[in-house]
Amino acid sequence: MATAELNRDLSAIRRLIAKAKRYDLAFSAVGFLFLAFGILVFTALLVDMAVSGAGRLSLDFFANFPSRRAEGAGILSAWVGSVMVMLVTAAFAIPFGVAAGVYLEEYARKNWFTDVIEINISNLAGVPSIVYGLLALGLFVYQFGFGQSVLSAGLTLALLILPIIIVATRESIRSIPQIIREGSYALGATKWQTTSHHILPYSLPGILTGVIIGLSRAIGETAPIITIGALTFIAFLPPSPITSSPPYFNFEWLASGFTVMPIQMFNWTSRPEEAFQANAAAAGLVLIVMTLSMNAFAIYLRYRLRKNIKW
Amino acid sequence: MAAVLTPEITGATDANSAQALVLKAESKNFNFFYGAFQALKNINMPIYDRKVTALIGPSGCGKSTYLRSFNRMHDLYPGNRYEGEIMMYPDSVNILAPTIDPIEVRMRISMVFQNPYPFPKSIFENVAYGLRVRGVNKKSVLEDKVEEALRGAALWNEVKDRLDSLAFNLSGGQQQRMCIARALATDPEILLFDEPTSALDPIATGAIEELVHDLKERVTILIVTHNMQQAARVSDFTAYMYLGEMIEFGVTDTIFVKPKHKATEDYITGRFG
Amino acid sequence: MASTLEAQIKAVPTVLTEGRESGRLAFKFSRNIKERIIEGLLFLAAASSVLTTFGIVYILVSESWQFFKAVPITAFLTDTQWTPLFADAHYGILVLLCGTLVTSFVALLVAVPMGTIIALYLSEFASFRVREFAKPVLELLAGVPTVIYGFFALLFVSPILQFFFPNLPGFSMLSAGLVMGIMIVPYISSLSEDAMRAVPMALREGSYAMGATRFQTALKVVTPAAFSGIAAAYILGVSRAVGETMVVAIAAGMQPNFTLNPMEPAATITSYIVQVALGDLPHGSIGYQTIFAAGLTLFLITLAFNILGYILRRKYKESY
Repeated sequence: MATAELNRDLSAIRRLIAKAKRYDLAFSAVGFLFLAFGILVFTALLVDMAVSGAGRLSLDFFANFPSRRAEGAGILSAWVGSVMVMLVTAAFAIPFGVAAGVYLEEYARKNWFTDVIEINISNLAGVPSIVYGLLALGLFVYQFGFGQSVLSAGLTLALLILPIIIVATRESIRSIPQIIREGSYALGATKWQTTSHHILPYSLPGILTGVIIGLSRAIGETAPIITIGALTFIAFLPPSPITSSPPYFNFEWLASGFTVMPIQMFNWTSRPEEAFQANAAAAGLVLIVMTLSMNAFAIYLRYRLRKNIKW
Repeated sequence: MAAVLTPEITGATDANSAQALVLKAESKNFNFFYGAFQALKNINMPIYDRKVTALIGPSGCGKSTYLRSFNRMHDLYPGNRYEGEIMMYPDSVNILAPTIDPIEVRMRISMVFQNPYPFPKSIFENVAYGLRVRGVNKKSVLEDKVEEALRGAALWNEVKDRLDSLAFNLSGGQQQRMCIARALATDPEILLFDEPTSALDPIATGAIEELVHDLKERVTILIVTHNMQQAARVSDFTAYMYLGEMIEFGVTDTIFVKPKHKATEDYITGRFG
Repeated sequence: MASTLEAQIKAVPTVLTEGRESGRLAFKFSRNIKERIIEGLLFLAAASSVLTTFGIVYILVSESWQFFKAVPITAFLTDTQWTPLFADAHYGILVLLCGTLVTSFVALLVAVPMGTIIALYLSEFASFRVREFAKPVLELLAGVPTVIYGFFALLFVSPILQFFFPNLPGFSMLSAGLVMGIMIVPYISSLSEDAMRAVPMALREGSYAMGATRFQTALKVVTPAAFSGIAAAYILGVSRAVGETMVVAIAAGMQPNFTLNPMEPAATITSYIVQVALGDLPHGSIGYQTIFAAGLTLFLITLAFNILGYILRRKYKESY
């Protein structure tokens, strides 16, 4: 028997094992190298932005409108626009997303329609963002008549990040042990009382993490906003929501034309003059710092809040 | 190297010694630690060549821990520590020594687990896996060895027509026998069984026990079982373990009829555990 | 005594006729209404996802309908030119599909091997510390806005590539595809790694017990066992590559070009839509409608991949 003899021949076994271990080592090295390469590219990206654009960062940069002269151009309209659009996005996405997540986890029965909803959400997560832009263009801008406005943009992005928030809500709720719910029901609480007093507060950290990740994705989205027709060269700000005369608060800003950070960067990148490229890099740097810090904050939050939970 | 029966072995008589028991392995002052927790305390146990040795004892007594030390399974997880020796003969090598490659040990000592976990491959490829790992790739050699192993595991007649179908499709008992064939295909010197029938129905259990009886003519067997009747049925020698210590070791027939230690007697008669 | 016991039992009334009547019945009714309303509202929120899909399908189909009234579908699918804004207009979607195909192919050529190997490495080989560091970094990589990747492709990667291929134009599918590949690596690696880690340790033990090394176990046992999850990761990577917009819009040029040569610039379905949106097309013109026809094509392609990926992911979640 070949292998019986093999077993007795220790040196043959050792050579065999040594050869197999060489593959082990080789793959380990290759895997590490690929990982390192990926991280290297990421670092190169960051460094490229920083080197090309850091020189343009100044207080003026944040306070100036874009202009034809690269040196004087700034991102004022862009970042104000981004903030306004984010407000609208958050205002729609958070209530709808959390409500949908709560319904699917706590209330939905196992029937075909629930399956349809779940497949839908899974599919929407994979729809290219530009298709959302087409939806917004056809429906919001023209058919509903919202026009090329902050409102349209906010609604579009809200739809885009809805799956992210729904999934985060569901995962967070799912991690709450059944015992907690049973304890609440056993004391005579109704479903909504259990949900609002227990489920929502306990799942808040996970929901918050999902919201932050969703918003950071929304800030960086360009394609759907271009499709709606965000203006790429605007030298004005949307009207301020807060005014000094009654009623002190208005909604005119929702209907206004606007631009956002990634579009400003896109516009400057498309210009052949090198000076604009420096502007683009600077805008990109601001954008990357915004999104990365939001993402990092979300990851940190998830880690920290998970530590305090005892289940 | 023949070893002499020592007086501590319960039931040792001249009648036993007439069979010329040969020592295949033995643990010497063997201690094992999971981190800071000492799971095995000073185990000194002989394993005789081509005999079935059973390890019995209540849950948590360390019998699986002891078994898994023989093929260095503990090396896969951090924080574990061996102290003492497990000597394997005839080479007289301590398989726990840091200088010894665990992979080498696993090539000579095979294991059958409690839950049959067939690889997601065909029956043929499952049984041939150990051979392929050893660099045996010639089709004719593989086919012969696979057939031999499946016959040895009493599974050949049931699967010979569907060697290429997925192993998942076999019944629980058949899967376990296939895992035994998988372990046999590489001609191990020692075969370790970790509660091999606790997941099986009585008929499958009976088939496996019969298999163990047939296999011991070719290979040394160490079997962990929580079923005392099974130990009494299949083994030649039995070790009773409790809380990490080996309380008693001896010839099976004698241990189950007239154990030396009260603790053993309490466990066997069901007064405890 | 039996008789006295019987007597005692008979003496107890069998129906509770006395006792305090609770007024909680009324309370329960109104409470029920409130619960029902809340449940209804929550249901509407969940169902809004279905509305969104309806909205997308409705708008794409209705605008494309107008388009296909003017342009026969056979021409759309077979014409080899895409010049919707010229006087002599051609509407061959194949041209744009070609651009999408080539850029996606280049991207996957990078992302699939790199993502799989990284996943295998992190799941089976890497130490705890390496994994704890690498996983958040990969997650951050996935969070970078795509417009930044586009900038990077155009102004950093392209010049480097031109150093190796002097004839490479400033805009090329190669440059866009490579950067898109790096962008997709985190998706593929994280999904594949989840699938691999879901394989139970007992299966690996079975392999190690036979004397296999880590690489042999990873290749011959873990990877086949995690196969459907890994395939799902690939499919979703494809879907992501096909739907990507900004990287190709910035770095691949927006010239429709019917070629399989990655060293040339080309337009994809997505970059074409951007190009039109940047311009000024009157609402309702055929030029306007082309973007919906293109968008419908894109939607159908990614829908097919998403459904496939969903089925595969369900399969791997079930088997273990």
